[in-house]
Amino acid sequence: MITIDIVNFTPYSAFSGGLLIGIAVILFFISTGRIAGISSIVNNTLTNTTNWLSNFLFLIGLVLGPIVYAFILNKNIPFSVTTSLPLIIIGGILVGLGTKIGSGCTSGHGICGISRFSFRSILATLIFMIVAMITVFELKWLGLT
Amino acid sequence: MNKIFSLLSGLIFGLGLTLSSMTNPAKVIGFLDITGSWDPSLMFVMIGAILICFPIFYLLQNKNKPLFASRFEIPTIIKIDRRLIFGSAIFGMGWGTVGFCPGPAISSLALLNPLSILFVISMVIGFYSSLIFHTTKKSILYK
Repeated sequence: MITIDIVNFTPYSAFSGGLLIGIAVILFFISTGRIAGISSIVNNTLTNTTNWLSNFLFLIGLVLGPIVYAFILNKNIPFSVTTSLPLIIIGGILVGLGTKIGSGCTSGHGICGISRFSFRSILATLIFMIVAMITVFELKWLGLT
Repeated sequence: MNKIFSLLSGLIFGLGLTLSSMTNPAKVIGFLDITGSWDPSLMFVMIGAILICFPIFYLLQNKNKPLFASRFEIPTIIKIDRRLIFGSAIFGMGWGTVGFCPGPAISSLALLNPLSILFVISMVIGFYSSLIFHTTKKSILYK
């Protein structure tokens, strides 16, 4: 039985953050004609000279996000990791490897793909969400988080 | 002009991730952990984003040209292959292990936390290690 975590659940900020992300995806699409899939943008910045500056600037903008947020609202940005150093390294490698092989991540498949009604992306999103949930469950069961 | 808009889109994306606390891995784990007390916030982020994107992608589908580029580059592959399935599963394992996907990981670099820097370096190693699967034709992922 699923119980909702009332203390940490933040529907309003989550939903408005989502709206901002949607606006960003559309702005990027209307101006550059490209899909804002972040794993692909990072990948192309590293390995591809086509649209290099545009990709690089998008990533700079992404890093500026929390800085501008903290500056405007004068708020601390919460950050905590529930796992150990070796698992951070393994997790990072798996995220890089998986998004490259599967051609997308939460933004490319999850947001852009679902919005375009791409069956590939809907399937990909279901797979990575379910696998991630199972992984969290297993690591918790093993006592690693 | 598309450079300025790329920067601006990245900035708005980063603001959205920060506002919704997706830059905090523990928050994402709270969503993925359905056996404890469940925090559905991430679902609201996706709903918000899709509500904006869906109608506009739909309206733009018959337009032939973006504002500052020669054409729209929309993925044309529709085949469900092993790469998509295995890749997504591998990504899911990594996402569930840490609570970071590529966007929030890059954004959180702003916090100068050594853990997010370590994660991003590992992610880049992961990108490059995928080359193994491109060069060996015998790989089950090649099909």
